[in-house]
Amino acid sequence: MSAVRAVSNSPEFTLGEYARAKLSFFVKTLRDNDFVIGLAETSDALNIMSGPNAGRVTTLRPALRALFCSRQSDWQKFDEIFDAYWLARGMKSATRISGAPQKAPAGLQNTPSGKRGPADNQNTDNVERGEGSEVSETGQSKREGASQTELLAQTDFRHITDPKELAKAHAIAERLAKTMRARLTRRMRARRTGQRLDLRRTIHKSIATGGTPLTLVHRKRKDKPLRLVMLLDASGSMSLYSAIFLRFMHGVLDSFREAEAFVFHTRLIHISPALREKNAQRAMERMSIMAQGTGGGTRIGESLATFNKWHAKRVIHSRTCVMIVSDGYDTGPATNLGDEMAALRRRCRRIAWLNPMIGWQDYAPEAAGMKAALPYVDLFAPAHNLASLEALEPYLARI
Amino acid sequence: MRVPQEKVAIQLAGVGYIPDRDLSTALWLMESLSRPLLLEGEAGVGKTEVARALALAHDTKLIRLQCYEGLDQSSALYEWNYQRQLLAIKAREGQDASGVEEHIFSEAYLLERPLLAAIRQPKAPVLLIDEVDRADEEFEAFLLELLSDFQVSIPELGTITATTIPRVILTSNGTRELSDALRRRCLYHYVDFPDVDREARIILSRIPHIDTALALQIASMVSMIRKEELRKAPGVAETLDWAATLAGLNVKHLRDEPELIHETLMCLIKTAEDKSRMSREVTDRLLGKVA
Repeated sequence: MSAVRAVSNSPEFTLGEYARAKLSFFVKTLRDNDFVIGLAETSDALNIMSGPNAGRVTTLRPALRALFCSRQSDWQKFDEIFDAYWLARGMKSATRISGAPQKAPAGLQNTPSGKRGPADNQNTDNVERGEGSEVSETGQSKREGASQTELLAQTDFRHITDPKELAKAHAIAERLAKTMRARLTRRMRARRTGQRLDLRRTIHKSIATGGTPLTLVHRKRKDKPLRLVMLLDASGSMSLYSAIFLRFMHGVLDSFREAEAFVFHTRLIHISPALREKNAQRAMERMSIMAQGTGGGTRIGESLATFNKWHAKRVIHSRTCVMIVSDGYDTGPATNLGDEMAALRRRCRRIAWLNPMIGWQDYAPEAAGMKAALPYVDLFAPAHNLASLEALEPYLARI
Repeated sequence: MRVPQEKVAIQLAGVGYIPDRDLSTALWLMESLSRPLLLEGEAGVGKTEVARALALAHDTKLIRLQCYEGLDQSSALYEWNYQRQLLAIKAREGQDASGVEEHIFSEAYLLERPLLAAIRQPKAPVLLIDEVDRADEEFEAFLLELLSDFQVSIPELGTITATTIPRVILTSNGTRELSDALRRRCLYHYVDFPDVDREARIILSRIPHIDTALALQIASMVSMIRKEELRKAPGVAETLDWAATLAGLNVKHLRDEPELIHETLMCLIKTAEDKSRMSREVTDRLLGKVA
């Protein structure tokens, strides 16, 4: 409402109280749907509505659309919201309705997405930590905590089943991501020292000394920070691992300006907006809703095709590492995956494929999809425990 | 009574640009709210052409700023002419220093770059800021400031206020996410490939002697080619090239000369991969669908 009151003082304003209120709620609805709208836009909208052509929907809709939209996704959503609001037509359930709670259902509160579902019956090999680990809760917590971290780092994620342990592993994954980022940036700054002479600036400076260039001005190459693009397989076969990687991705995105995250199962979902939420718990809730698979296996090839077609241009630049976390079990044709990997390879600096199963004994990349993708992968590394995540850092620093 | 956006559409059609309804509304709003207009869309849909047509329609100058990585104020806004300044200093050696300084930091030594030029025109020009996503984020912030105040302060000279407010059009290819602030400030229009009917009208307006039926066939053929999964969908400019080629070869109906059509497809298809995908069979299949 305040947006409207701010402009209603202007003398030429003639719109009725009802129309003003209606517009202001419309703006609120749009904001709830992630539109970026400021006071100035609302006031311009009032001007349009009080203008001579406001009576017709055919005029008003494109006008408000041009004013309120600011990206293609807005552009696609707008008509539906407009019709639902002003013409009282139904909205698809996918669109978030104004005022609806954004929180996850209470049942999801403490359960990261991967822990649910068919995975539960595989918990039989939960032997590594028995009651002994719980002692640390009371007594010498500090020393115990440190060695615990050590131990946790070596444990395969699928063997961690105690919720407390899991929470700890999550926290470590997140912290690891953050420190990794800080170190990567610092190293890069120290490395690039190439200097060129900036003639124009030098001449400019020389004016002060009567045309003799006493002070030389140098030009430094502008550094591009490393950008990480992460694609996480959230299908059923990965369910034991995806939760911890979501947490790792949250840590990465939270502290980098240059990172993007996607989740795929049967289709590709861009989850960076949800990951930008500072509060880890809330971010995880939003993501676990987004990452829920519909069943029916993984379509890696198709998801990569979507990525190449719609997102790659925007998110990949010359210093980008694409990190794919997947076990490589593709239900689509393997040739498809190979083609898309080739296309992706042409665009980015490095492709790292993290496969949790490498950490298992006697694993060989036999899956057809994995075989098709391997020729295009620069780094094929395990990702089954925290230590393997940590080992990535030196590799990334060299990119 | 004509609604104002129809007037805009007729004006633009007069200079050879056929806008759809949404775009003419956006252009009318740009005029009446004096906000910049941000155009997004795939390469080749005619984003830059909008600015050119707008300038023609208003019979005013088109000032273009092509953005690129590393673009800074000195190549976008203004720069002092250092060489001339140095010469002037040498020529006046021995004179009173403050007099020399005042002389060399005067208008005569100022080099206008596109942004400064755009706000100092006698008649409001069209300012096209092309591919703004290629510029750095810092430049984007600076641009935002200029677009809201329309004044420039030059330390040695003082503040220069706009004599006229230019019509600003920004285009973006989506290689980088633009800031929310810039997006909010601008009106937004997503330029899509034209539909068959509109593309045929574009062909007719640009290639004067072409047969109407042929133009329609070309437009529907191109729209079908765009639906094939190509790496690079042909843009409007490519369509026009192709239409001009076919008109020049005196083709009457696309289906009459499939051989020729397949050979001239290089006007539309620009990568080797797409070329292998658009095999003779595919071309024939599409030609079969052309009415």
